[in-house]
Amino acid sequence: MNQSDQPDNLPGTVGEGLEQRGVSRREFLQFCTTMTAMLALPPSMASVMADAIAKARRQSVIWLSFQECTGCTESITRSHSPTLENLIFDLISLDYHHTLQAASGEAAEHARALAMKDNEGKYLLIVDGSIPMGNPGYSTIAGISNYDMLVETARGAAAIVAVGTCATYGGIPKADPNPTGAVSVGDIVKDKPIINVPGCPPIPVVMTGVLAHFLTFGSIPELDELGRPKSFYGETIHDRCYRRPFYDQGKFAETFDDEAARQGWCLFKLGCKGPVTYNACATAKWNDGTSFPIQSGHGCIGCSEPNFWDAGPLYKALSMPVSASSFMLAGAAAAGAAAGVAITWHNRSIKAAAKTAHEQVTVQDLMREDK
Amino acid sequence: MSHLDLLTFARGSALNWALMLFVAGVILRLFEIYSLGRKADLAVSRTEPPGSGMRTVFTRTLPPRGMLKREPVTYISGYVFHTGLFLAIFFLAPHIELFRGLTGLHWPALPTALIDAAVVAAMVALLAQLANRMASPVKRMLSGVGDYVAWAATLLPLLTGYMAYHHLFFEYTLMLTLHIFSVELLLVLLPFTKLFHAFSLFISRWYNGDWFRRKGVAS
Amino acid sequence: MSATLAKGVNAFKEVIDAPIASYFSSCVHCGLCADACLFYTETGEAKYTPIHKLEPLRRVWKQEYTLLGKLGKMLGLSKLVTDAELTEWEPLVYDSCTLCGRCSMVCPVGNDITYMIRKMREGMSASGHAPEDMIAATTRAVNIGSPMGVKWPALQAQIKHVQAETGIEVPVEKEGADYLVLMSSMEIINFPEYLSGLSRIFKQAGVSWTLAQDAFEATNSGIQIGASDLAREIVSRIVVAAERLKVKCVISPECGHAFTALRWEGPNLMGKPYSFDVKHILEVLDELHAAGKLKTSGMDNRPLTYHDPCQIGRRGGVVEQPRRLLGEVAADFREMPDAGVMNWCCGGGGGVSANTRAESLRLQAFKVKKRQLEATGAGTLVTACANCRIVMEEGLEHYHMNVAVIGLTELLAEYLVEEDA
Repeated sequence: MNQSDQPDNLPGTVGEGLEQRGVSRREFLQFCTTMTAMLALPPSMASVMADAIAKARRQSVIWLSFQECTGCTESITRSHSPTLENLIFDLISLDYHHTLQAASGEAAEHARALAMKDNEGKYLLIVDGSIPMGNPGYSTIAGISNYDMLVETARGAAAIVAVGTCATYGGIPKADPNPTGAVSVGDIVKDKPIINVPGCPPIPVVMTGVLAHFLTFGSIPELDELGRPKSFYGETIHDRCYRRPFYDQGKFAETFDDEAARQGWCLFKLGCKGPVTYNACATAKWNDGTSFPIQSGHGCIGCSEPNFWDAGPLYKALSMPVSASSFMLAGAAAAGAAAGVAITWHNRSIKAAAKTAHEQVTVQDLMREDK
Repeated sequence: MSHLDLLTFARGSALNWALMLFVAGVILRLFEIYSLGRKADLAVSRTEPPGSGMRTVFTRTLPPRGMLKREPVTYISGYVFHTGLFLAIFFLAPHIELFRGLTGLHWPALPTALIDAAVVAAMVALLAQLANRMASPVKRMLSGVGDYVAWAATLLPLLTGYMAYHHLFFEYTLMLTLHIFSVELLLVLLPFTKLFHAFSLFISRWYNGDWFRRKGVAS
Repeated sequence: MSATLAKGVNAFKEVIDAPIASYFSSCVHCGLCADACLFYTETGEAKYTPIHKLEPLRRVWKQEYTLLGKLGKMLGLSKLVTDAELTEWEPLVYDSCTLCGRCSMVCPVGNDITYMIRKMREGMSASGHAPEDMIAATTRAVNIGSPMGVKWPALQAQIKHVQAETGIEVPVEKEGADYLVLMSSMEIINFPEYLSGLSRIFKQAGVSWTLAQDAFEATNSGIQIGASDLAREIVSRIVVAAERLKVKCVISPECGHAFTALRWEGPNLMGKPYSFDVKHILEVLDELHAAGKLKTSGMDNRPLTYHDPCQIGRRGGVVEQPRRLLGEVAADFREMPDAGVMNWCCGGGGGVSANTRAESLRLQAFKVKKRQLEATGAGTLVTACANCRIVMEEGLEHYHMNVAVIGLTELLAEYLVEEDA
């Protein structure tokens, strides 16, 4: 970054960190340009973003992992281009993260406490995994229950990013019968701004994009009514799916290996939940834009939606019943027939009674006495 | 409850109850009708075997001589509406999947664009029928709350289905849920209102045709 | 003993069967039946909509024979049928309905509304809500043997005239004859040419026939007023006579509802099939014609048209026979619009012509027949029902139309080739 017309980077800033890592101004600007586009911001914002990030103090981030599978961490670290996602780790100070931190045990908890004290009111809290309310013993860290740790750490946070469907909506632990009593971050924390970044796991660039927004503007991106950033979760998979023309034409795969499947036709009949799932999979895709489930031949399972695991069988089309069966209908038919037999008996007895009550009509009986 | 939760409920226990009430209700109503029996006709029939109502079951669909000119709106809006409804229910691909899920049976679908057009026509026809029902002195006299409720219950699935498909007004998942709820309402109302004519018209036409055929008249 | 509301409601309960339950279940309130009914089309009054005439019966069905209706009744939510309502409905069920059957042909869901009106009349009559004039006619029919009070001596007098005119003996009480001939009071009083024409035709065809002294009346007021007990009483006289005289076939005369009563309702009223056939005179003449036994010569050059009596054509199945017969003698036969099974009622059947209260409505309804006739341009109208004949003569006079009305039997007889002239 030794260009005479550029200001020197202040110590403790992101810019300093980039310079130390040998990231060129050009590479950095490229990153910011890409981010700007991802966030659907005007191109002129790229340089604004670059300046803001360069001047920014590296943001303190505390990452709490509760009942999770570590898939969200795996996802965020999947970067093909060393400069993109890794760059994010140079813009923040990741003060606490079970998987990525070097420290362990008491030292790790101490680092968390210190970060909370030094950055009170300003640190970003990222949470993945659900919180068990059934019994605190289901998931503890250093003997502290998830609930206690969340409440304690949320207190001094500037904002919370719930990452992954478990943290945002309860996820797979919450699936019926929810043995641990799993709940989401939003079910517990009510007094802090929460950005929900669901997905099982979320797409890497979606996670980093949200962070970049926060770093650039110091504020939360526009959220939908489920707390998800509209820039990434504003459209359904169905509305951005490249196989949509086949849906519209009525060309569907019937099995996973039939000719239609090989031709890449729509997977609606194989249970694709694309129409009711909001995420960026069809545009941003996975593995740096390589593919996404539908492109690989499997229907969307709706993993960024609340209670997706209990939203009906994965391989039954959306228009199919979740649980109704012909057995059930047969039972209803039997019940109807039983009621029918009862009403038959009733109707017949009314009719028979009327027949018995019939009095032979004579011509005198055509007149009313009381008229 | 999120929209997806509502959708899962609509596809799940709500649908189960609606279907069970529908099936039980239809069967109950059939027993209600047939339980009353029909006395054997001891007069010599002109046709052997005596009476066949099957012909009338089909031919009664056509307007008798002179009637189309007298009531074109009733007949034409009736045909357009029923055709659109029938096509939408039985030949839209996602609906065929529903039947497959319930019975295991399936058949080829018609192009969605064609059904889309038929549904628009059906809704226009329903509006025409409402206007006609309110404007015609005979229909107005015959009509009660039940007729207007049945009209709304019939319009809603068409309208919400159309809106869902075209992403109109409400968010898609919610719109789809409303569509399924509206169908469930229709299912529950059908056996116990004039909508039951969907089943009983076959019985009525048969009895009618049978009575007339014994006299040697095709009705 | 007298009529009571309870007897009427009981009769409603008795008559409701599976077809009626199906019909009420199927009605979608489309009102198309109104467009088939001449009482609506010629007056524009919505209350004459056929299905509307059945409202009290429908409510009894709902309250007695459906689960929801029964629940509603138990909870006190249903509107029970009252005398006041039946009084209001009396003119709808009797004055504005001839049981013509057009509504039954037209209903898109297949309702046989005519069938239901016939059954509803059972309750109307049992509760004392039948028209005065019809009660009087029925009383005469049961007590005297004819709704118009015609007794055997009156017929005897006519027989004498006919014999004198034709020179042919009219057989009476001839056991073992092939055919038992019946007549309607209207024919006996107004149209003696029927009997004389019949005599000559049967002579030429070599048909053996007879009248019965105690069963010459074919009409059945019980059918029209809707009191099956009385209808049974009336029709049984014919059945007893036919069995006594051991005839092969009973001929129903030029009368509409008599054919319905004898041919279609009779066996059901009696509770057992007949041991003899029943044919309408048109069917017999058609058979004779087909067998070459009906020889005519010469053609009638007058423009002629034919009115299909409802109970004979649409509700009885005798549609082509009159046309085949007319083909033999009519040089200028013109079908009126809607001829055949959809022909329009004369407006006087089903007891309406006997009901003086219904006269002005009947004459209003006649406008449709008037238009049909005008469309043909014919000056002569042929028919095969004496009641239609008198009703149409009255209507034609009311509208100052110069159209003559004749019976088909009498027309054929005019052109009969007889061995001895």
